[in-house]
Amino acid sequence: MANDGVDKGRRCFLTAATTVVGGVGAAAAAVPFVQSLQPSARTKAIGAPVEADVSRLKPGERMIAKWRGQPVWILRRSEEALASIGALNDQVRDPGSAESEQPQYAINENRSIKPEYLVVVGLCTHLGCSPLYVPADAPHDLGADWKGGFHCPCHGSKFDLAGRVYKGVPAPTNLTVPPHEFVSETRLIIGADKEHPA
Amino acid sequence: MSALNRALAATIGWVDARYPLLKTWNEHLAQYYAPKNFNFWYYFGSLALLVLVIQIVTGIWLTMNYKPDAETAFASVEYIMRDVEWGWLIRYLHSTGASAFFVVIYLHMFRAMLYGSYRYPRELLWLIGMAIYFCLMGEAFFGYLLPWGQMSFWGAKVIVSLFGAVPLVGDWLATLIRGDFGISDVTLNRFFAFHVVAMPLVLCGLVVVHIIALHEVGSNNPDGIEIKKKKDANGIPLDGIPFHPYYTVKDIVGVVVFLILFSAVVFFAPEMGGYFLEANNFIPADPFKTPPHIAPVWYFTPFYSILRAIPDQFLGVVAMGASVMMFCFLPWLDRSPVKSMRYRGPLSRLALALFVVSFVVLGYLGTQAPTPAMTLLARIFSVVYFAFFLLMPIYTKLDSNRPVPERVTFP
Repeated sequence: MANDGVDKGRRCFLTAATTVVGGVGAAAAAVPFVQSLQPSARTKAIGAPVEADVSRLKPGERMIAKWRGQPVWILRRSEEALASIGALNDQVRDPGSAESEQPQYAINENRSIKPEYLVVVGLCTHLGCSPLYVPADAPHDLGADWKGGFHCPCHGSKFDLAGRVYKGVPAPTNLTVPPHEFVSETRLIIGADKEHPA
Repeated sequence: MSALNRALAATIGWVDARYPLLKTWNEHLAQYYAPKNFNFWYYFGSLALLVLVIQIVTGIWLTMNYKPDAETAFASVEYIMRDVEWGWLIRYLHSTGASAFFVVIYLHMFRAMLYGSYRYPRELLWLIGMAIYFCLMGEAFFGYLLPWGQMSFWGAKVIVSLFGAVPLVGDWLATLIRGDFGISDVTLNRFFAFHVVAMPLVLCGLVVVHIIALHEVGSNNPDGIEIKKKKDANGIPLDGIPFHPYYTVKDIVGVVVFLILFSAVVFFAPEMGGYFLEANNFIPADPFKTPPHIAPVWYFTPFYSILRAIPDQFLGVVAMGASVMMFCFLPWLDRSPVKSMRYRGPLSRLALALFVVSFVVLGYLGTQAPTPAMTLLARIFSVVYFAFFLLMPIYTKLDSNRPVPERVTFP
């Protein structure tokens, strides 16, 4: 076809170049559409840190704060409850919280800043149901040696009083500890700390 | 009368000179030759089309009064049920239609498995059908959030969390789907957009492609033989009859029977004992309280059972995804020289029977709270479920089949 004056090499190059430029343009045009699915500025603002007052919480009681539309549990643990945590090390999947999500300051035996107060996001790490708080003295069918903790009604995951997941249940990791800090003896901020200021 | 006929013919002629009206009519209806031995199982394609129309029409009417807002969604559904003229009927038609859609589609898919309709040359037709099925699952999932009841909320929470289990990008992906850190007003608003605009458009497009693909390769039949192999002097299959009027009339009978059953549910058991409309969904969504027992609607429970049966989060999600995807591989897993179960040996028949049993049992278990005995049962039937697919290349080859006739059997 060269005698028709068609330069096939050039035509091929131009077709390829046009396709590439058009493809890049289409990909660039997709960015705003994908980004638009991300949380908006208002959604992020609603997700700002919240304050909780634990002064009226008695040992063994649990209160629920609302952060980012999720329940955050604040559990005040008694001395006996704290003592029982270490004894469960061989029954939980991740006793040292090596694979779980929490700030650096919550990697310790009790998974908390102050031993008494456990602060965790109240959603099962399996598929996001909200487990039930089942104290040892409440009626339950979780076995005679139940030391108290959390039980997920959806798929049967169990967590101890430090939010650590038991072995042999579907949840893969311990309950998530959100960033938090105490601003006084009995008031705390959930959603922010010194490393991640609001 | 004849003047009217002439006017009609002239109008058709006018359109035909500008649009392939008669050509389309002939290709897809009057001169589309379908095998003459279609039986009961061949009703479900046209019934699926009917349900699609019911869902679109009732959906448009629901949209006129529904509010996609977390504050007002639940109340707007109750408003439709109590105050809108005939709102209860339109809503029950839509909610019953959702379950009816899956009933019809599952029977339609079973027909394909019974007569080997996914085999050559219909592999692509089968894959397009699977794409429709996936869209339908998405459509049902997005729609189920809209009433903003407890099951809506927690069901969506669990399903979106499944995407969170994807390694590396899981959290990003889950946030992208929700548009928030949890299921919220933002999520409801976008699911509404997907449910009423995006998915129906894709669904309708795929249905058209499915029918074009079907009419290109021609329908399979209960004998699983190709009628195009035996044609008369005019090139018309000897065992074929024009779809219109023969099958249009037959399908109308199916439509009448279907509508009787459908109406019985709509008028006398719209909740179907909690299977079509779950009791917990009559409680407004509460992000702080999971209902003590949550289960998806019945059409997702076989896969949900498989998810629950596996005590590892990521593997559970993978197994559930695989259990749905398995159907896509059927055309290549099936090595039998015979398409239809009519002429297949005992191994294939037993395998299909066991598969149906496992699908139903897993479906039942998925609606129940997990006890150790039920979990064990779910594990056993999950194995049966996967064995049906994974061992198919072996048992379909070993099977002792019966001879296939040259022409379709017609009573």
